[in-house]
Amino acid sequence: MASKSIENLTRGIFKENPVFVMMLGMCPTLGVTTSMANGIGMGLATLFVLALSNMAISLVKNLIPAMVRIPCYIVIIASFVTIINLLMEAYLPALHAQLGIYIPLIVVNCIILGRAEAFASKNNIWQSLLDGLGMGIGFTFALALLGGIREVLGAGSILGWNFIGEEGYPILLFVMPPGAFLALAGLIMIYNKISGANK
Amino acid sequence: MKPVKSNLFNMIMAMAVVSVCSAASIGYVYQKTKEPIEISKNLKISQAIEDMVGKFNNKPFEEKMVFMNGSMELYPAKENGELTSVGVKTYSNNGFGGKIELIVGFSRNGDITGYKVIQQNETPGLGTKITESKFSNQFVGLNAFSDNFELRKNGGQIDALTGATISSNAVVDAVKKAITVYGDFVKGAQNGK
Repeated sequence: MASKSIENLTRGIFKENPVFVMMLGMCPTLGVTTSMANGIGMGLATLFVLALSNMAISLVKNLIPAMVRIPCYIVIIASFVTIINLLMEAYLPALHAQLGIYIPLIVVNCIILGRAEAFASKNNIWQSLLDGLGMGIGFTFALALLGGIREVLGAGSILGWNFIGEEGYPILLFVMPPGAFLALAGLIMIYNKISGANK
Repeated sequence: MKPVKSNLFNMIMAMAVVSVCSAASIGYVYQKTKEPIEISKNLKISQAIEDMVGKFNNKPFEEKMVFMNGSMELYPAKENGELTSVGVKTYSNNGFGGKIELIVGFSRNGDITGYKVIQQNETPGLGTKITESKFSNQFVGLNAFSDNFELRKNGGQIDALTGATISSNAVVDAVKKAITVYGDFVKGAQNGK
């Protein structure tokens, strides 16, 4: 039982990382990772939604008829996203302004509906919470890494701390949209090398 | 517990209950966060006004005047009832990423004391440099009535940001709008006397 819990928690972090392995949620992954702080903020927002929606869906899974489960799940997920959006706007206005449109778009992030459908609708609340947390941590980790690399290369700073000075010339391409694809491709390449995929 | 069967009644009930619960919880959070959201929005603007205008001991944000059908706002800063400077909330729709909003400060004789960006959506690393002092300091000290507010390539004296001419132009556009409003305000004040 304990080993199953650990397995459910850690699976999302490396072995089935939502970004590097499952390739889900590419819109926020590519869109908001212009800096490390943005990546972490987006990752944490997704983590909360994922953990809460997994729990809620696991709780009501037997009360929802199979034929209407997707609309019901989406309504539940959208409610959590709206609540998180309002709370962030009220208490973290700076981060909310940075992430902007991407917060409401968490609703359509495939990871969340994907985990609801593939995991939470078949498992109990505790395991669903662990799965949501694991996937959320994996997503945050991937976004922070991608955001960090893009920030270092593209803006010459890390977490807002500028290390090349006012006169430096960072590789601007990396904070622009094409840089997101290049950095992600590089990361996936290294990831596959380490994890031994494609052998 | 067995899963509920997918008959018409169950489906309608499930969807109705889920919707009602969601609506209720969102409504509750909306009520709870309405005030903090309003406060944090106003705080940002009033902070920018305080940075831009000179000495004052009134509340410029609460004494705001509205211009151009409500799209522009002017905040008079007064010390002991005497006008010292004004802040103008202005905007331009010509930014590279859409609308930009600025607070522009004017001293009493029409010199610009600077501007602060309160909303922008420009390209990170290029257009976002409009928020940095290297660009914004070019406006400081220019006179609203006697100086020419144009980019250098259009015959003015503002150096555009490298790779972000559109963003630079949007700032110039917004500042020009602020000058129009400031001019109206000064004229109105003279006529009122």
